Amino acid sequence: MKNPYLPLPVKLVKNFTETEDKLIHTFTLQFLSEEDEKSFPYMPGQFAELCVFGKGEAPFGIASSPTEPGFLKFSVAKVGVVSTALHLMEEGTMVGVRGPLGNYYPVEEFKGKNVVIIGGGFAFTTLRSLATYMLHPDRRGDYGDITVIYGARNPGLLLYKEELAAWEQSPDINLITTIDRPVEGWNGRVGFIPAVTEEVAPSAENTYAIICGPPVMIKFTMPVLEKLGFPAERIIMSLENRMKCGIGMCGRCNVGGKYVCKDGPVFTRAQLNELPNEY
Amino acid sequence: MIVSKNDIPSFLDKLIGEYQVFAPVQEGSYTLFKQICSGADAALTDGNTKLPAKEIIFPQSEKLFSYNVTAEGAKLESIIDDRKKVVFGVRPCDAKSLTLLDNVFNNDKYQDPYYLTRRANTILVGIGCNSPASTCFCTSVKGGPFDTKGLDLLLVDIGDAYVVEVVTEKGKTLIDNAGFASASEADKAAAAKAKDEAQVTCQVNTDGLKEKLDVNFYDPIWEKIHEKCLGCGACTYLCPTCHCFDIVDDAVDCNGCRVRNWDSCAFPLFTLHGSGHNPRTSNKERYRNRIMHKFKYFVDNFGEIACVGCGRCIKNCPVNMDIRVVLEDVRGSEARLDS
Repeated sequence: MKNPYLPLPVKLVKNFTETEDKLIHTFTLQFLSEEDEKSFPYMPGQFAELCVFGKGEAPFGIASSPTEPGFLKFSVAKVGVVSTALHLMEEGTMVGVRGPLGNYYPVEEFKGKNVVIIGGGFAFTTLRSLATYMLHPDRRGDYGDITVIYGARNPGLLLYKEELAAWEQSPDINLITTIDRPVEGWNGRVGFIPAVTEEVAPSAENTYAIICGPPVMIKFTMPVLEKLGFPAERIIMSLENRMKCGIGMCGRCNVGGKYVCKDGPVFTRAQLNELPNEY
Repeated sequence: MIVSKNDIPSFLDKLIGEYQVFAPVQEGSYTLFKQICSGADAALTDGNTKLPAKEIIFPQSEKLFSYNVTAEGAKLESIIDDRKKVVFGVRPCDAKSLTLLDNVFNNDKYQDPYYLTRRANTILVGIGCNSPASTCFCTSVKGGPFDTKGLDLLLVDIGDAYVVEVVTEKGKTLIDNAGFASASEADKAAAAKAKDEAQVTCQVNTDGLKEKLDVNFYDPIWEKIHEKCLGCGACTYLCPTCHCFDIVDDAVDCNGCRVRNWDSCAFPLFTLHGSGHNPRTSNKERYRNRIMHKFKYFVDNFGEIACVGCGRCIKNCPVNMDIRVVLEDVRGSEARLDS
C-alpha cells in the first residue's frame, strides 16, 4: 500500500525574492533522482504539500509546468510557520514534497477553444503553470487565442517579471497587466481587475475563463464575466481552503460534501453554484 | 456456542499471548477501552464506555513516520502498527462506526496505511446491549443493540453466560480452539429472548431529515440551534465517527517524527486561512457543518448517516446540547434555498 503521507526529499536549489516587498519568494526544488521525478507526474492547477522537516508541512500550488522538466517551482507568501521557515532557508537545504495533490485545469477540454486567464496578486502561481503548459511549442497549436489579464497592487508585486516581459513580446499570447494606482514609469494599464476585464472585453464565444485571485477580486469579476456571456460551466476557479492531509481524510477543507484537496482545488462556477458558500 | 462468564478471564488470558487485547477497564466511575495484561482486568459492565473504541484503530495521537535529514538526503521510515489485536466487549454502535470510517480512510483515491493496517489486523468481539441507556438511539440510525455490522463475533448476555454468534471467518478463528461448548436450544432461546426484550426507548425521527438538510443551509434555524454551544469540541472527541485530524512535526531540527492528532471542526482555527479569512467564522457555521457532515454530506458521499446513536455527545455536553432535539428542530425548519 502506497503511503500518501510520506514526502519525497527534494533539494532547495534557489530561494528567489520574487516581489519588491520581499513577502513572496519563489523556490526552485530539484528531485534527488530521475526515479523520484517520475513518481511525481503533475498537471497545471495541482498543488503539493511542502515539508520543512522540524516545522511541518503546508499546501502550495505548483507554479512550474510539467513542460519544464528537472525542477518544481513554488511561489510562497510569508504567512505562517512553514512559509516563514522556507523564506529563511539557505539554498542547498533538503526539504520534502508530497503530491501531486488535487485535480487540475481541464486542459483537454480547452483544446480547440480560446482561453482567458485572469489572475490577481500572488494567486498567479498555478496560472503561470497553465499558461506555460499551453504555450509549449508542442501544445500551442491545440488552443485558440490565449489572453492573460494579470493585476497587482503595484508593479513591484507582479510575479514572474522575466516571463511577463517575454510574453509581452510573444505573438502566441495576449498579455494585459494592470496595477491598482498610477506609478511613475509604468506604461501599462491602471485599474482593478474587474474594470480592466470589462474594458478588454474578451469574447465569450468558444472561450474558457480561468480565474484565480483574492475573494474580493473574484466577487467583482464574476458579474463582468457573466455580462460578457461566459456560462457558469466555462468559468473555472481554484479554491484555497485550509487543508492538512491533502487526501480527503482530515476533514478540514470541505465545501459542502466536496473536499477542496481531493475533489478540487479546481471547480467550475457551475459546480460551486451547487455548493454552500463556505470558501 | 456458549461461554460461561466465569471463563472469560481465562479465555482473554490465552488471547493475550497472541494478540494485543483491549477491553473496557474500570477507571473511577466509568469504563474505558485499554490494553489489558490480565483477563481479570476486563470490566464487562452494562452500557457504553466513556470514550469510543475508535482510538484503538485511529489513535488520538500517532507517529506517522520518523525522519533523519542531512544535506545529502533524507531517511524516512513509516511507523506502521501491524500488531494483531482483539477488541473485546465492544458495543454494536462502536463496531458500526468503524465501518463508516472505512469509507473515509479508504476513499476513491487514497488509502491510509495506518488506519487500514490496524483495521485489517483487529478482531472485534462485541457484546450486545440488553439494557440500552436512555441516551441511546442506535435504532434511529439503522443500528441496533444486537446489530452485527462491523463485528467478527457477537456475544449475547443470557445471565451467567454469553451465547456466541459467529459473524465472520476472522471471528471464527478466534474461538475455533477455545473449547467453548455448543449452545443448547434453551440457551439459544434465552439469547433470542434477551434480544427481544432489549429496548431502545428513544426514537429520533430521521424521516425527511436528509431532504431538509439538502435545502436548509441558509435557514434561520441555525441561528437558534447553535446559541448555547460553547465550541468546546467535547462532542467531536467523544464521537465514534468523527475523524478530523491535524498533522504536526515533533522534532529537533531535522530529526524527528511527523505526528497526527485528533482535531475538531468545532474549533475556530480549524478552517482559518493563512490570509486571515475564515469560511466558518462563528459557532453557527461550525455547528451547522457538524450536523451537515453527519446527516447530509456523508450520506451524499457514502450513502450512510455518520452517526451511530451512541449518545455520548448527549451525555457529556457541558451545556446539555442534545443532538436529538437539534435533529427535530432541523426537521421542523422551513426550506430555504436562497442565501
